[in-house]
Amino acid sequence: MLLFNTKPYARWITLAVSLLLLVIVGIASLSLGKMSIPFTETVEALFQYDPSNTNHIIVRTSRLTRTLIAITIGASLSIAGTLMQALTRNPMAAPDIFGVNAGALFFIVFSSTFLSVESLTSYMWIGFLGALVAGVIVYFLGSLRESGLLPTRLILAGAAISALFVSFTQGMLVLDEQKMQSVLFWLAGSVAGRDMETLLPVLPFIIIGLLLALSMGKNLNILMSGEDVAKSLGQNTFMIKVLAGFIIVFLAGGSVAIAGSIGFIGLVVPNIVKGLAGPNYQWVIPLSGIMGAVLLLLSDVVARLIIAPSEMPIGVMTAFIGTPFFIYIARKGVLKND
Amino acid sequence: MTKYISYRTKSDSFSIQIHMRSIMMILLLLLVLLFIFVISMSAGSSYIPIQVVLEELFATSDQAFVLNELRLPRILMAGIVGAGLGVSGLILQGMIRNPLGSPDIVGVTGGASVGTVLFIVFLLGEVSVQWLPLSSITGAAIITFIIYLLSWKNGVTPIRLILVGIGISALTNAIVTMFMVSSEAAVASKVYLWMTGSLYGANWQEVMIISPIILLLIFASLFFTSVVDVKQLGDDVASGLGVRVQFFRTLLLAISVGLAGTAVSFAGGIAFVGLIAPHIARLMLHRSFGILVIGSALMGAIIVMVADIIARTAFLPSDIPAGVFTAGIGAPFFIYLLYRSKGEIN
Repeated sequence: MLLFNTKPYARWITLAVSLLLLVIVGIASLSLGKMSIPFTETVEALFQYDPSNTNHIIVRTSRLTRTLIAITIGASLSIAGTLMQALTRNPMAAPDIFGVNAGALFFIVFSSTFLSVESLTSYMWIGFLGALVAGVIVYFLGSLRESGLLPTRLILAGAAISALFVSFTQGMLVLDEQKMQSVLFWLAGSVAGRDMETLLPVLPFIIIGLLLALSMGKNLNILMSGEDVAKSLGQNTFMIKVLAGFIIVFLAGGSVAIAGSIGFIGLVVPNIVKGLAGPNYQWVIPLSGIMGAVLLLLSDVVARLIIAPSEMPIGVMTAFIGTPFFIYIARKGVLKND
Repeated sequence: MTKYISYRTKSDSFSIQIHMRSIMMILLLLLVLLFIFVISMSAGSSYIPIQVVLEELFATSDQAFVLNELRLPRILMAGIVGAGLGVSGLILQGMIRNPLGSPDIVGVTGGASVGTVLFIVFLLGEVSVQWLPLSSITGAAIITFIIYLLSWKNGVTPIRLILVGIGISALTNAIVTMFMVSSEAAVASKVYLWMTGSLYGANWQEVMIISPIILLLIFASLFFTSVVDVKQLGDDVASGLGVRVQFFRTLLLAISVGLAGTAVSFAGGIAFVGLIAPHIARLMLHRSFGILVIGSALMGAIIVMVADIIARTAFLPSDIPAGVFTAGIGAPFFIYLLYRSKGEIN
């Protein structure tokens, strides 16, 4: 991609820039929307809160929640994508592309249609289960035969599994038209209109997932140098893979439970980060988290403004950003060893 | 030993070789199709005994209304759409010489969806619905062209074509969602109903619009039999034998896009039919393109009709989109193909 990553200070610059971007986009996300609030007033609302000021209340309640959710989901999806790309050694791996999001979505809609599950905590657990099932299917497809599915074919298998789950989900929604209306927006992925209660039950799992992921950088670096090398260095490669698998399930499944299926973040961000800051996972994981938050916040701000006063599902925005990128990688060739 | 019947006109300008076993198989498929048709007429939210079906067809009683105005157009629609998708898939698979080709996988269907949705959102009501297929075909053609262009890098490899197709499909999905969300509720629900690939509410007008287009295109593709059969030997051999490879490839692609676009225009994306039908046809029939066209058309029709019977009876009183069931069979089949084709798909 860029040759920038050969310089040793590239990581620090990337870190500084992405943190700066996060602050800027964060303030934009608090200020912009159906009712735009001046930036100065937004900052005031954060630090000198005045309960009698309507603008302050807007910033502090709906906008702040929404911003926090976008940051959480953006970081989770990107880090899940980073781990998947490392585990499968495939730059096109991502929760949505391998059908993990669609699996979580299908399980959630299924449980709500046929088992009348309604509590958010249950959705979360069911989302984890769905992500796990889809993830295990794809992983087994990748390792079933001796050589497994070659990288590109794994992507195709993921696309097929995704198509299957999406089509089953649509079928169930047709059964229940009223639900269809309320779920449609969520299906396409959205962080709008959620309160803190949506985030809180899932948050502990996501935080645990994020912390574990951050601590795994070194192990992944060794794993990337080859299974045999890792083993001879005393790494328990099996445990690392299982642990990474569970982190992916928590991060991706939890994100879907909160915001529906948001595509492409998990694909785009890790690749950009690797291009900017080099392939060291001790850096790639935290940087992906920050950049993921930035990209999702940015998508959400645009989704709010583009057809104001109504809103676009954020999944539509990320698809617009992500598709060119997907095609760029596809053209460049995942395919070195395929 | 395979048996052929050869027929040649006196001037040698036209000759055809008929494979006996394939003829028997095609007759068998026709019988199956007829059988499914009858079952299809009698099954539904109200069960109508087969005897009655045969008696009341084209009569004017209450049951005849259900049969002739509700079920018959729907069943014909299923059959026609299935046939179109089947042949479209057959052509695509042959062209990119890849068993994974199918209009929905390569992204052609996505383009047709955009064309259809644009029509429903902006033109329906002002322009007669009979122009809808044109809009769908245009969308399919433009997107196919874009996919082909983006896959080009010293030639087009099938795997790159399919990957780019997957990416573009995500984009077209996003565009459809965008129009759905930003248009009025009434329009949005119309789009959603269409999008789920349901044959629900198919009527005679729609059948009359798409049948001639699809039948004509399938018929047209039969004229390419000798060309495609020679092309199986490889582009070089084909050129050597005097076939204008690139020219015919473009024409065939146009037919395939036209078929997929038309099929999608009223029935939405019924997934994986274009993938499965040609494969089954190839297992059963002789590998001559003309016979495969007929076989894929029949198989496609059978698949969609069976899927639709299940769709409207399995969850009574609800009507599930037929696409759910074709995806249920098609996706695992697709993955099976991925395994089986070890080296040949790149």
